[in-house]
Amino acid sequence: MSDLLGVVDWSRAQFALTAMYHWLFVPLTIGLSLIVAIMETIYVRTGEKRWKNITKFWMSLFGINFACGVATGLILEFEFGTNWSNYSWFVGDIFGAPLAIEGLLAFFMEATFVAVMFFGWNKVSRGFHLASSWLTALGVSLSALWILIANAWMQSPVGMEFDPAQMRNVMRDFWAVALNPVAINKFFHAVMSGWALAGVFVVGISSWLLLRRRNIDVAKDSIKIGATVGLVGILLTMMTGHGSAVEVARVQPMKLAAMEGLYEGSCGQDIVGIGVLKSNPAATPDDPMLFDISIPHGLSLLIDMNTTSFVPGINDLIEGRTITEAGDTIYGMSYADKMVCGQKVREALRDYDTARKTGDETGMATAISTIKNNFQYFGYGYLNSPQDAIPPVAMTFYAFHIMVIFGGYLMLYLLLVAFMAFKGKNGIENKWMCILGILSIAIVWICSQAGWIVAEVGRQPWVIQDLMPTTAAISSIQVSSVQLTFWVFAAIFTALLIAEISIMLRYINNASKTDIATKE
Amino acid sequence: MEKLEILQAYWWLLIAVLGAVLVFLLFVQGGQSMLWCKASQSEKQLMVNSLGRKWEFTFTTLVVFGGAFFASFPLFYSTSFGGAYWLWMLILVSFVLQAVSYEFRSKKGNIYGTAVYDIFLTFNGLFGCVLLGVAVGMFFFGGEFTVARANILDPASPVISQWAPSHGLEAIACWKNLLLGFAVFFLARTLASLYFINNIGGSEFFTARMRRNTLVNGLIFAVLFVTFLVVLLLADGFRNTGNGFVAEPNIYLHNLLDMWYLCILLLSGVVAVLYGIFRASFSRTWRSGIWFAGFGVVAVVVVLFLIAGYGGTAYLPSLCDPQSSLSIANSSSSEFTLTVMSWVSILVPFVLGYIWYVWSKMNAKPLTEKELESESHKY
Repeated sequence: MSDLLGVVDWSRAQFALTAMYHWLFVPLTIGLSLIVAIMETIYVRTGEKRWKNITKFWMSLFGINFACGVATGLILEFEFGTNWSNYSWFVGDIFGAPLAIEGLLAFFMEATFVAVMFFGWNKVSRGFHLASSWLTALGVSLSALWILIANAWMQSPVGMEFDPAQMRNVMRDFWAVALNPVAINKFFHAVMSGWALAGVFVVGISSWLLLRRRNIDVAKDSIKIGATVGLVGILLTMMTGHGSAVEVARVQPMKLAAMEGLYEGSCGQDIVGIGVLKSNPAATPDDPMLFDISIPHGLSLLIDMNTTSFVPGINDLIEGRTITEAGDTIYGMSYADKMVCGQKVREALRDYDTARKTGDETGMATAISTIKNNFQYFGYGYLNSPQDAIPPVAMTFYAFHIMVIFGGYLMLYLLLVAFMAFKGKNGIENKWMCILGILSIAIVWICSQAGWIVAEVGRQPWVIQDLMPTTAAISSIQVSSVQLTFWVFAAIFTALLIAEISIMLRYINNASKTDIATKE
Repeated sequence: MEKLEILQAYWWLLIAVLGAVLVFLLFVQGGQSMLWCKASQSEKQLMVNSLGRKWEFTFTTLVVFGGAFFASFPLFYSTSFGGAYWLWMLILVSFVLQAVSYEFRSKKGNIYGTAVYDIFLTFNGLFGCVLLGVAVGMFFFGGEFTVARANILDPASPVISQWAPSHGLEAIACWKNLLLGFAVFFLARTLASLYFINNIGGSEFFTARMRRNTLVNGLIFAVLFVTFLVVLLLADGFRNTGNGFVAEPNIYLHNLLDMWYLCILLLSGVVAVLYGIFRASFSRTWRSGIWFAGFGVVAVVVVLFLIAGYGGTAYLPSLCDPQSSLSIANSSSSEFTLTVMSWVSILVPFVLGYIWYVWSKMNAKPLTEKELESESHKY
């Protein structure tokens, strides 16, 4: 068992490493592809050569980043098989379809038209080139759509039923999977955050140009587009983020409780704006915060549009406790009960297997009935105690609050930049605004990473919510093998990231020494 | 045939076509393995830039090949990838290094220097081809694994697919797999030479050298491939006869003879490959060898996949427990999922159509030094 946990932990670490590196590059690809397409559209409409050069300047940065995203994406796809073989079988019938569609519809579109973007300036017409840039941007977003549908299914499994003969889930309703409300919110939240990130990136790099007093007009024009895309992106990210939180409350209430560090829920629950958890918050569930600034009734209001509704905490969920608005305490299904149901499913599956081998139709029917009635708690059968179902609270709490606070800052910052760029005179060239722009690049990336930490760490211990714990999803490999590949990938990804940053910095520095607008 | 069986056969055919196109596109890797050959700096630049405009296709096809396998035959994905861990990891590492090398190699500030990225490209060119060949070799010569779905009910040891402790290294050590691996490697080099003849212009000396390369690599490939084919057609395998898997001598030869149309396709493919190689080698002006050889490669690889999977044949034979072997019947997705994906696959001709259109636009004229000099984005 300890060896199993070692494999689980290292496999998680390897997947987290790959996913986090992948997500360093992907949002920039998503947003920058849009910004480049907008800039090229201006070039085609105005015919001004300076816009072609501006497009090419940002397109080069897009290209440097694109390669790293592609490289880490390959590993991510195959790690589902190499490190999570049980998971691949358990969900392959559902998860595989979005992946295959993604490959066919999105990846080929990207691969085909990105080549035209870079090498087609003198080979295809202006219109065809512009269409290629837009199709690349579309392909990038479509890639995100299908993988996020798959991810959303892991948070909220719908549109399937369990096939006991094959010990796996099979898809029964494709549209339920594709139009899962969690998926819709997640897709727009992730893609819009990519717009925001790329917008801040463009503003930040342009701010550096302004600080160095180089290519001032190019920088100002870029800031206008970057700030507009970024502002639209961050506003929509916040809107869909709220939608995501509502969905989390509906399908993953334990994650919501961890996000808020909430152990004992109440009617009219406050929302923590800023806070610090005690070192062992579970020991004082009524007062888990060392310090906090909260908004009264905020959580109830945001989740249910009702200032008095009940939001369960971690202990409420474990004990199956709900408090009515009248103050009555009602007990429903506790996690201990769910564990019993999960164990029943496991027993029934064994009975089904035996009955099938002996041709016992009645035994099979009885087992199937038990399985169907209890399958929604299948994963709980793997837990040793109800406490195993609690995600890492501190990491989820801090990641969530970092995301929200930094997201709020970015909205205000982009609003200010957009105002200054379009209405202000030379405020955008102010030294401190420029420094803020450069610092905001780091902030937007931290914000973006924090979002995924909330989504994935907050889902623990489940790899598929309520159905499969991470411990049951793994491959049968030695711990030492995964440790070795973890460090190999850590070294490779880090080396590539350092190279990418270095190339970008050198490129920006060199480009800034020339007159970008008039460059031949 | 029931609907599910038709869908399984259809998706195995699509996997076969994807695999075949992937093998054709390995010309990129073949070209990368030639970067250290006797080439001047300007020739090397042309080779890298010629390949660099196509590497994404190979990469994407590999990703889609994996995705399609996951979608249509998830038990293979689960068993092979989780089992032959080291084999797949080495393949992945080689492709990761390739993905960034084109973009980074000539950029200022790339830290490690152009030579390091060229070594990465060469590493991918050699190991990518050989190891993918080894992975495909397992379709015929099997692996040491067991599959027990009920394991998932055991919290202490829940993994359904268990592999030998060497986790894929034994597949790399199998000479039959390596034979196919090196055949793929020399095929990729042959195709790369043909591609350079087609895509790089302006230097008759370079083209003449590529014609010689085509012949040398083509002959080595032919010897390796014929040896592999003989070994394959004499090999044993497992067939599901309705009561589990039963060993059958010369199973792939039987499959080939039973499906006579595959014999015709195989012969057509071989003839097309040989025609492409020999005419390109001995002509002074003909540049279209890549298309004949390319068609031939796709045809031959499709045949190899189909005789591996059709007729109840175990396409991933288990050497330690024949009943754990994977066939397209016992490893596929459900009828519903295969149906959904089949509807999506209607778009394949459209996707191929725009790829062909863009390819023809971008490759309308051979790449020359002059064009490269005027490019703002080059590798």
